Amino acid sequence: MSTIDDKATEVPEDAAGESAETVPPEQEKEEVAEKKEINKGLVIFVFIAAFVASLIVGWILFPMVLYTQENQPIDFNHALHLEEVENSCESCHFFREDGSYAGVPKLAQCVDCHDEVMGDDLDELAFVENYVQKNIEVPWLIYSQQSDCVFFSHAAHVKAAKMDCVSCHGDIGESTSLKVYEKNIITGISRDIWGKNIGGIKLHSWDRMKMNDCAKCHKEETGNQGACFQCHK
Amino acid sequence: MKIDRRDFLSLGIGAAAGIGAGTALSPLPWKLIDDSSIWSQNWPWTPVPPDGAVSFKNSVCTLCPGGCGITVRKVEDRCIKIEGTKGNIVNNGGICILGLSGLQLLYGPTRVKAPMKKDGGRWKEISWDSAIDEIVKRLKNIRKEGKPESVACVSGTDQGTVAQLIGRFLTAYGSPNYIRTSSIADSYEIALKKLHGQFSSIGFDFENSDFVLSFGSGVADGWGSPVRMFKANSKWKDSKDKALYQIESRLSNTAAKADKWIAIIPGTEAILAMGIANVIIQKSLYKKKLIEKYSKGFNNFKALVLKEYSPEKVSKITGVKKSEIIAIAKKFAGASRPVAICGSGQGRTPGSIFEFMAVHALNALIGSVNNIGGVFSVPEPDYIKWTEAEKDDVAAKGIKTDRIDGAGKKYPDTRYLINRLIDSINSTGDSPVELLFVNGANPCYTMPDTENVIKAFKKIPYIVSFSSYFDETTEMADIILPNHTNLERLEDIPLAAGLIKPVVGLSMPVVEPECNTRHIGDVFIQMAKLMDGNIKASFPWNNYEECLKKTLGDKWDKLARDGYWVDENSRASRGIFDFTPLVKNNRNLVKPEGKSKLTLIPYDSMRLTVGYIGDPPFAMKTVEDTILKGNDVFVEINPKTAAGYNLSEGDKARLTTSKGKAKVRVHLYDGIRPGIVAMPRGLGHTEFDEYLAGKGENFNKLIGPVEDPVSGLDAAWGIQAEITKT
Repeated sequence: MSTIDDKATEVPEDAAGESAETVPPEQEKEEVAEKKEINKGLVIFVFIAAFVASLIVGWILFPMVLYTQENQPIDFNHALHLEEVENSCESCHFFREDGSYAGVPKLAQCVDCHDEVMGDDLDELAFVENYVQKNIEVPWLIYSQQSDCVFFSHAAHVKAAKMDCVSCHGDIGESTSLKVYEKNIITGISRDIWGKNIGGIKLHSWDRMKMNDCAKCHKEETGNQGACFQCHK
Repeated sequence: MKIDRRDFLSLGIGAAAGIGAGTALSPLPWKLIDDSSIWSQNWPWTPVPPDGAVSFKNSVCTLCPGGCGITVRKVEDRCIKIEGTKGNIVNNGGICILGLSGLQLLYGPTRVKAPMKKDGGRWKEISWDSAIDEIVKRLKNIRKEGKPESVACVSGTDQGTVAQLIGRFLTAYGSPNYIRTSSIADSYEIALKKLHGQFSSIGFDFENSDFVLSFGSGVADGWGSPVRMFKANSKWKDSKDKALYQIESRLSNTAAKADKWIAIIPGTEAILAMGIANVIIQKSLYKKKLIEKYSKGFNNFKALVLKEYSPEKVSKITGVKKSEIIAIAKKFAGASRPVAICGSGQGRTPGSIFEFMAVHALNALIGSVNNIGGVFSVPEPDYIKWTEAEKDDVAAKGIKTDRIDGAGKKYPDTRYLINRLIDSINSTGDSPVELLFVNGANPCYTMPDTENVIKAFKKIPYIVSFSSYFDETTEMADIILPNHTNLERLEDIPLAAGLIKPVVGLSMPVVEPECNTRHIGDVFIQMAKLMDGNIKASFPWNNYEECLKKTLGDKWDKLARDGYWVDENSRASRGIFDFTPLVKNNRNLVKPEGKSKLTLIPYDSMRLTVGYIGDPPFAMKTVEDTILKGNDVFVEINPKTAAGYNLSEGDKARLTTSKGKAKVRVHLYDGIRPGIVAMPRGLGHTEFDEYLAGKGENFNKLIGPVEDPVSGLDAAWGIQAEITKT
C-alpha cells in the first residue's frame, strides 16, 4: 500500500480488474482501520459468544448429560414408616452385633410387618407381590453410596462421635416419597455425592459429601483433616 | 466481507479463548477430572467382597483324609475365607494350603454343574430324573441276566453312612465288589491283623511322644492328618529332649526339619528296622516283662534277628553306618515315650507289609504299643447300626461269588485289591465289571501304570461317576451324577486321622448348592426305591438327611455343636503280639522293576495334591520354579550322577521306564542319593481345567504295581529308569 505514491503516474493492469482509479491514502487508512475494527469487533464478538456458549454448556447442558435418571424400584414413604416405629432411623438402619452397619434394610426387616399387604397402596401391593412373595431382595439405589476407593465406618461416626443421621443424610426421614436417583455415567455413583449443584456449592452439610466435605468437618471436630489411609485403605 | 487467513486465525483464537475462559469458569473440566479419577479406580477385575452381614459356619474339610475342622467366614451368601476351627480335636485352629484353597474348588470352573451324559463323545446336560432312570434300567437288566456281581464300586473310603449306603445297595443288589482305593491304611490294617490277630485301624499318640523314628513318613509333607502332624512336629521341637529322626533316601521337608536325617538306600527300610531290632535285643534294651506276658513267637524272632540282621549285614544292604544303627537303636530304646512310624511320603501307596510289620515290631519291643506317646490299635467307629440288608435269591447268590479283585482269596487278610481289579478286567475277554460306580476316587490318575488302568476303564461298558469335578476318571465315564462339593454337603466323616480313639466329624453344608448337583446319599436312596422289592425294602429312609440323623441318634447334638464326636468308650484291643508272621515273611524285599542304572522314586509335597482332588490354583502358585516352571516338571538328581549323564541344571531330558516316558527338566540337588532320580507326584493332569491340565508329567504313568507277597497290594516304591538329555 505504501507504494501507491510511487506509482501515481503508472496505470497498472492487475488481475483484480481494478480501474486506474487509485484510492487516496487517507481513505485507504480509514478502510484499513475500519477493517481492523470490524475484525477486532468480530473477534471480540466471537470471543463473547464462545464464552457464553461454554458457560451454558458447562453449567446447564453438562449436568443434563452427565446424569441418567433412575427410579427406585418401590416408591418408599419414609415419613409414614417413621410414625410406625419407635427408634426413629435406627429401627431399620441399625448396627449389627459385630459393629458393622446394616445400611439399607433387607427383606427380612420389612417382612416383619409386610408379610401380607397391610394397606391400599399400590406401591405396597407391588412390593409384596414382586419381592416379598418371590423372596427377592429389593434392588434399592443408594444415594449415599461412596465410590469403591472410600472406606467409611458408621460405628466411628455414630457411636464414637455421636453424630446424628441428618448431618450427613439430610431430612430423608421426613420425605413421603423417594426422589429420583441421578446416576453419574462416568463414576456410577449418585449425584448426591458431588451435590445437586454442579458447581459444588452447598447450603447444608448434607448437600455434598466429597472428600473435602468430610475433611472440613474433621478439621472442625478433631483438629485435623485426618490421614489418607484412614479412609483410603 | 472478506475473511483472509489472518482474520481467520484471529477469529479462531478469539473463539478458542472464549471457549477456554468459559469452560474454565464452568464446572465442566473440574468435574470431569474428578469423575475421571474415580472412574479410573473402578477396576472391574478387582474382586471386592459384597457388603453385608458376616457369619461363620463350621464344617469338616474332606479334601484329604485328614479330617480337619474348618470354619468358613461368609458375607451374606458368599463364602470368603476358610480357617481351621479352634478347639477341634484334630487341628485346633490350624489349616493347610489345600483346605485354605477350598473355595476355589467350590466356586471354580472345573465343576460339573448338572448331570451329564456322553453323547457322541461330548458331554450333554440331562435331567436328574432321566439320569437316575437310565441307570436303574441298566441295573435291572443286569440283574435279570443273573449277573448282579458284575456291578462294582470304586471308592476312596468304606467308612461313613455314604459308603455304607453304597455298600448296602451292592449287597442287596447281589454284588460283593465294593473296592476301596489303596493306601497305607490297608498296610497298617493288614500288619495289625497279622500281628495282633484283630482288624483295627492304627492310631498314634504323637502329642505325647518324645522320640519319633520315621521310616520315610512325610510328617511335614502330608502324612497322616497333615495339620495334626505339623502341630505335633512343632511339639517335638519344643524341647531338646524330644526328637524326630527321619530315615529317607531324599532330603524332604520332613528330613530337613528333623533332628537327624539318615540317608538310606531306598527300599531297604524294613532291613534297617530289623537291624535296629537286632541291636535292641542284643543289648537287652527291650521290655522283657511286656514281651514275656503279651507276645508269642518271640524266641523265633530273636533267633532270626540275631542271626540274619547284624548291624554289619544291615549296614551293607541299607547304606547306613553300623555305628549309626547302634546309636539309633540305643536312642529309640532309651527314650521314655518313643514311637516308630512308616509309610513313605503321604502314605498314598500301600508299601511292603514286611516293612510295616518290622516297624511295628520295634514299637512292641520297647513297649509303646497301646501306651502313652505310642501306637494304638483303634477299632473302627461303631455307630452305624443298621439292620442287615435284605437279600432275595439273586442277591444271595451274587454276594457269594468271588470278588473281582481277588481280595480275601490268595491273601486272606486283604480286604480290597484295586490293582487286581485292573488286571482282572484287562486279562479277560469281556470285562467282568459291567457297571462301575466311582465315588471319591480318581483311579485313572492316581493308580500306577496309567496306560493299563485307562485300558481297563475303556473296557468297562458303563461307568457312573459321582465326581463334582471333571477329573481323569470322570472323563472316561458314560454318565456323571455330580455330588455336592464338601462345602455343600451334609455327611458324617469318620476320621482316619490316626487318633487314638475313633472320631467322627460332621461335614455341614456351608452354602446352598451352587449348581444342579445332588447328594450321593439321596441318589442311592432314590435308586433303591426304584429297584426290586428287597433292595427297596433295605432302604427305609426317605432321604439322606433322615438316614443320617436317625443313624447318629443322640450323637447328632454334639456333632452339630462341636463338629466332631469321640467314642470315649472304645478301648484299644489288648491282644497278644504275635511275632510269627514277621518271622515267616521276612526278607521279602520289594525290588524295583527294570534293568537300568538309575532308580526313579516319587516324592510328595503339601503343595501338590496327590489324591483325587486336583490341586487348586492357589496351591499351584506356591510350587517352586525348581519343581514346576511353566509346564515343565523338574526331576531331582545328585550332581555327581548328573555329571555322568552330561546333565546340567535346567537341562531338558527324557525320562524312560519300562512303563512309559516323560519330558522333564533337570534340577541338581545334593539332598538325594546318587543313582536316584526323584519326581514329584501330583502333576501331569490331563483333565480338570487350564489351571492344572498340561502342567508337568504324571509320575504314575512311569511306574507299575509290584505285588507284595504278603498282602497282594502294590508295594512298588520306585522303578529303574533311564534319563537322556534332549
